[in-house]
Amino acid sequence: MQSEVMFAGFGGQGILLSAKILAHAAMEQGYEVVWIPSYGPEMRGGTAYCMVVISDRPIGSPIIRNPAHLVAMNRPSLEKFAPAVKPGGVILINSSLISVGSGRTDVDEFIIPVNDMAIALGSVKSANIVALSAFVARSHMVDIHVLRECVKEEFSKKPKLLPLNMSAVDEGLKAAENKN
Amino acid sequence: MSKVLMKGNEAIGEAAIRAGCLNYFAYPITPQSEVAEYLSHRMPEVNGVFLQGESEVAVGYMIFGAAACGARVMTTSSSPGISLMSEALSYIACAQCPAVFVNIMRGGPGLGGILPSQGDYFQATKGGGHGDYRLLVLAPASVQEAVEMVMMAFPLAEKYRNPVMIMGDGLIGQMMEPVFFPDHLKTEQLNTDSWATSGMKIRGSNTRNLVKSLYLDPIQLNNHNLHLKAKYDRMKVEEIRFEPYNIESDYKVLIVSYGTMSRVCRTAIDNLKAEGLEVGMIRPQTLFPFPEATIRDAASKESCQTVISIEMSMGQMVEDVERSVRGRKPVEWYGKCGGEVPTPEEIMEVVHSFVKSARKEQN
Repeated sequence: MQSEVMFAGFGGQGILLSAKILAHAAMEQGYEVVWIPSYGPEMRGGTAYCMVVISDRPIGSPIIRNPAHLVAMNRPSLEKFAPAVKPGGVILINSSLISVGSGRTDVDEFIIPVNDMAIALGSVKSANIVALSAFVARSHMVDIHVLRECVKEEFSKKPKLLPLNMSAVDEGLKAAENKN
Repeated sequence: MSKVLMKGNEAIGEAAIRAGCLNYFAYPITPQSEVAEYLSHRMPEVNGVFLQGESEVAVGYMIFGAAACGARVMTTSSSPGISLMSEALSYIACAQCPAVFVNIMRGGPGLGGILPSQGDYFQATKGGGHGDYRLLVLAPASVQEAVEMVMMAFPLAEKYRNPVMIMGDGLIGQMMEPVFFPDHLKTEQLNTDSWATSGMKIRGSNTRNLVKSLYLDPIQLNNHNLHLKAKYDRMKVEEIRFEPYNIESDYKVLIVSYGTMSRVCRTAIDNLKAEGLEVGMIRPQTLFPFPEATIRDAASKESCQTVISIEMSMGQMVEDVERSVRGRKPVEWYGKCGGEVPTPEEIMEVVHSFVKSARKEQN
């Protein structure tokens, strides 16, 4: 079984980091993993995106035209990638910055105000972790407990940021539970 | 054997250190700059040398100098940078010094673009620099394989006293995959006393060593070239590496593909198999020496109608595939460049189109 998620937003939203933490969690669970960043011209001031592929066998193509899921942190990302998501996948829409829907009826549209939730926690900088946690809780792509450990490990290098990001994990999880 | 999640470029830097390379000189260029970034802080930790040259031309000759002294040495660059180092590569090969060059290929020609490409196949396998020299060329298809090839490259360079080149592409450099560092691949450096300019006092010798690439006497130069050729012929016997895929099936189509492109082909082959069409693949892990006999044998299988060379270039490796197949089966090419990486769906369509045209020809 292979699954893929596209994290997309603009530079500075922590897209690459949240994707990396997901990839780390998948690796800890024994999956094969590939993390593919956008490093082309578009990352200089435009859309930043990053694909994570996880599988229970060696991963062939790192190039994925139709990912299973999408985490859209801004509107251009949603417009660009929503049409490509496989039917049945999760599309997380950051409604703090995106006022429209995906226009899809065959996906699990998950609309939460990620930035506002992060600001309520103390800093908009934790929006990526709120989104990551909410996405994982909704899609079950990896185990949420393993993810929590990986967030802890990532921010243990910056202890000041650890409490903020651990509450971001809780907040994301709560949002996913409330929507069920 | 615990795995860590690492970017290809960083893993290449770490692999060099694990292989015992303590000398790294480079000049930054996308998409390989993270190797230099990583080694700029890692090399001092292990008392190694990190040096950013003023240009790729300078770096090429710094590598020559360090290698001539008998040091384990590596550089990394990307396509335009490798062009600038190609003069030094020719000199290093002529002077028979071991060194490791990594090319994380980007789109060309010219300054081109920064996205993945395989457009430097000719440059790496047929020359780049002038004269009759060859590089031993390794082509990884994953971050793990890049690590293993970097670690293997040093003993190979020393075995042949010849530069070894690792050909990755932008994706191999930029993506993260779980890796482990196989410490058993670390080798002791071969003794360099017989040839390196390492210092008479240091090696306790009364004879001077001379490293040079100038032979004005035509008979001497011809003999030197014959000696070099014998080394390249030996590589063709001892160093060919490849990975077969789905080759035990009765495949109608044989794909030859390497690096990132071969992974896309692997997914296409799995999907085609599910549809009922068998496709085999030979993935060269060494581009020089090229697995000629293996490809010829695989093409000769009765079920095989067509051989397709699939590459992120406008058709370079296909010439070696044609040479290998020797007209036994039709050889086709498919490719894209400039940073466009074909998708598995595209490869499936291509395979289908060639199966159809092969059928038409038979009728």
